[in-house]
Amino acid sequence: MPEALLELDAITKRFGDLVANEGISLQVAPGEVLAMLGENGAGKSTLMKVIYGLLRPDSGRLVMDGQELDIGSPRDAMRAGIGMVTQEFSLVETMTVAENVALSAVGWGRVDARATQTRVLAAMERIGVHIEPARLVSSLSIGERQRVEIIKALFHDCRVLILDEPTAVLTPQDIRALFTTVERLRAEGLGVLFVSHKLKEVAEISDRVVVLRRGKLVAERRTSQVGPEELASLMMGVAQAPLVDTEAAAALGMPRTRPTTNAVHRSSGPPVLEVAGLVVPREGRDVVDGMDLTVHRGEILGIAGISGNGQTELVEALCGTRSPRAGSLRVDGVDITTADVADRLGAGLGRLTEDRRGSCVAQLSVEQNLVLEDLDDYTRRGSLDRRAVRTHALAMIEQFEIRAEPTTPVGTLSGGNIQKVLLARALHRRPRILLAAQPTRGLDIGTYRYVHQRLEELRDEGAGVLLVSEDLDELRTLADRIVVVLRGQIVGELPASEATNERLGALMTGQDAA
Amino acid sequence: MARSLPHLVLRGQQPRWLTPVAMAAAVLFTVVLTAIPIRLAGANPVAAFERYLVRPLSSQTSIFEVLLTATPLVFTGLAVAIAFRAGYWNIGAEGQFLIGAVCVTWVGTTFTGLPALVAIPLGFVAGAVGGLAWAFIPAWLKRRAGIDEVVTTLLLNPVALLVVQGLLNGPWRNSSTGFTDSDRLGAGYDLPLLFSGSRAHLGLVLALVLLIATWWVMSRTPLGLRITSSGLAPKTAEFSGIPVKRLQFRVALVSGAVAGLGGASQVMGVQHQLTQGISNGYGYTGVIVATLGGLSALGVLLVALLLGDIAVGAQNASLVLQLPPQLGQVFGALLLLSVLAALSWRRYRIVWRRTP
Repeated sequence: MPEALLELDAITKRFGDLVANEGISLQVAPGEVLAMLGENGAGKSTLMKVIYGLLRPDSGRLVMDGQELDIGSPRDAMRAGIGMVTQEFSLVETMTVAENVALSAVGWGRVDARATQTRVLAAMERIGVHIEPARLVSSLSIGERQRVEIIKALFHDCRVLILDEPTAVLTPQDIRALFTTVERLRAEGLGVLFVSHKLKEVAEISDRVVVLRRGKLVAERRTSQVGPEELASLMMGVAQAPLVDTEAAAALGMPRTRPTTNAVHRSSGPPVLEVAGLVVPREGRDVVDGMDLTVHRGEILGIAGISGNGQTELVEALCGTRSPRAGSLRVDGVDITTADVADRLGAGLGRLTEDRRGSCVAQLSVEQNLVLEDLDDYTRRGSLDRRAVRTHALAMIEQFEIRAEPTTPVGTLSGGNIQKVLLARALHRRPRILLAAQPTRGLDIGTYRYVHQRLEELRDEGAGVLLVSEDLDELRTLADRIVVVLRGQIVGELPASEATNERLGALMTGQDAA
Repeated sequence: MARSLPHLVLRGQQPRWLTPVAMAAAVLFTVVLTAIPIRLAGANPVAAFERYLVRPLSSQTSIFEVLLTATPLVFTGLAVAIAFRAGYWNIGAEGQFLIGAVCVTWVGTTFTGLPALVAIPLGFVAGAVGGLAWAFIPAWLKRRAGIDEVVTTLLLNPVALLVVQGLLNGPWRNSSTGFTDSDRLGAGYDLPLLFSGSRAHLGLVLALVLLIATWWVMSRTPLGLRITSSGLAPKTAEFSGIPVKRLQFRVALVSGAVAGLGGASQVMGVQHQLTQGISNGYGYTGVIVATLGGLSALGVLLVALLLGDIAVGAQNASLVLQLPPQLGQVFGALLLLSVLAALSWRRYRIVWRRTP
């Protein structure tokens, strides 16, 4: 391998109790595409922000061309030869392509429009794209805008280009064009860091791949020597010794195989959640495309799948925050397809969504957030029964081991404590069906276990749980049945006892039509 | 190249001594800064400050004047605060105040013979209805078509002023003097004065009642919690089953009604007729009162009283010290800005950190 262009040495970044990046070391060589795989919340974005100067690492070094860098802002990063194209573009829509490129490079004095134009055209030539420099950015497609961003990065003579989830917003044709561009840059000797959670693309474009999981770098492979199934299991942390992070799995106290005792519950009761023919559009596309699901009483149904295959929209349709185009939703026989939130809750639906901070009002206190969804139960003669609210909050704090006072603003709590507040709010209504989306993402080990315990208790009390997770360990430990979604449809169903990593991985990547 | 630069870092916990220290710093800063123009205007700064702040509170008569000046500001400040709390940015208290004044004038010059017991409630109802109607237009546009209320409420303010001017230059021109003031309202509409020898009137009592009611609703009822949630985090509120749009619509109407009541109070309590300058920018000042008062009822009251204090003091200072009356506004504005800066500064501490 040629000498490294960019080197990360034991980068660690913490947010409070949460370790977002832990001792991450990696190298990007010239003329190499290094893919970084990891699920949402694995720490990819944090690491990219550290490299690009948007966050300062707590410890560790960044080295470029053998020289240690001190990067305090994107400006410093650009100067050092690091360019980044993020998912959110920073273009001025009312300016032309050439102006946008010039804008990122102007110092003092006037802008030489003609020279800029020539240079923009040269840069386009270099990466094999053509966009009329005089066109307004507002008239460009998303793919074209992304190309403009790449040109902007090249304008700063970057030698390492970071592409953060570049294909998330692109059409298949645009993805092809992007790959052509990346190949050209590689041929020119640039180092490209390609961040993604899409296995197929990684397999196609990269030379090497590193996998991030729960803030740690858990694997590094030559792309040619690794299959999609292995990558999937690495990414989701399935037991496949010695490739996975066995240490972390052991620390979490997770069983390698399903405990047989779980089989006891599995005589499932009557259906408590029925989803039939559900179609949910998002930005004109049917992201959930005809889903049928049934969750029974006393059952945890797991939904596996690589993120972005309709899980979020399914959850939103159930929560009542996104309208389905077709199909029906029933809770305990009651149709809630078009019901408002209060009726959904009344029907026995409990909600734990992946957007925790969006589920509570940060500035309000723990006790206010705890009663926000059932204020009418705490009203006495027109005013809020503050004593009852306080009593309830203290009980919840004790029962759910929330580390906070009733009057603490929720926004100041750690992620784990917020999740406990939300758990308390959802569970104290005794839901007949609990929707739990990524219930343990980003949580510390203690809370992780705690949440699992609560979900199991709920199941044992006879409620149904719909568990959406990208963590295969979690699904295999908790769920009784696992269904796999791909492109908005269910492509397979397995009893948990038969859900091996290989079979799940194959289903999730669409390589098996089980 | 390493330089040491100050960075603002959020404080985890605010020490108890911080608030008084911050306030004292704000006052000191204002005093130092305004001493310069006061000196340039040829007056002793210490005497001027004494006139601005202390003198208005030193005699019973002038305290009543302060209360009188603060009354319309409590109405408009409260109107704005209620709407802002719900996340509805009503900048139209000025227009709503004016239309409230127009409505009470119509009632008061049409049904002139009514006894006070009937006339006064009727006048207030007319003012509330007028303000509510003026607020209804932008609120409805927002709810039906999602049109931004900041623009519509603001743009309706000059329209309301034109309505007032049109009426006063046309059909409502004073029938005896010919001036552009309306006829006097029927005698039954005069708000009773609170104390003999003062001009503070029943409107102040109504303002205080509204203030207490607002405080109670916002801090003691489920409705208040719903409104607060809608304002702080509308998406989360929707998620929790709170009908945010409907709530904002209703709060917008209440806000307009409160501003309209302010107009009615000013007509019935002070001018007893409609004049072009009836509002004196109270609606706009209301935005400042609400914002500086932290959108709380108590904050609105305190800021309104302080502005009233300075306004009365500035009149006095311009008479006695020959200072331009605008200096009072300079002093008041600077004081409020400093206090605001000090309040947000409390949340941070300054850290010197090396930057590359």
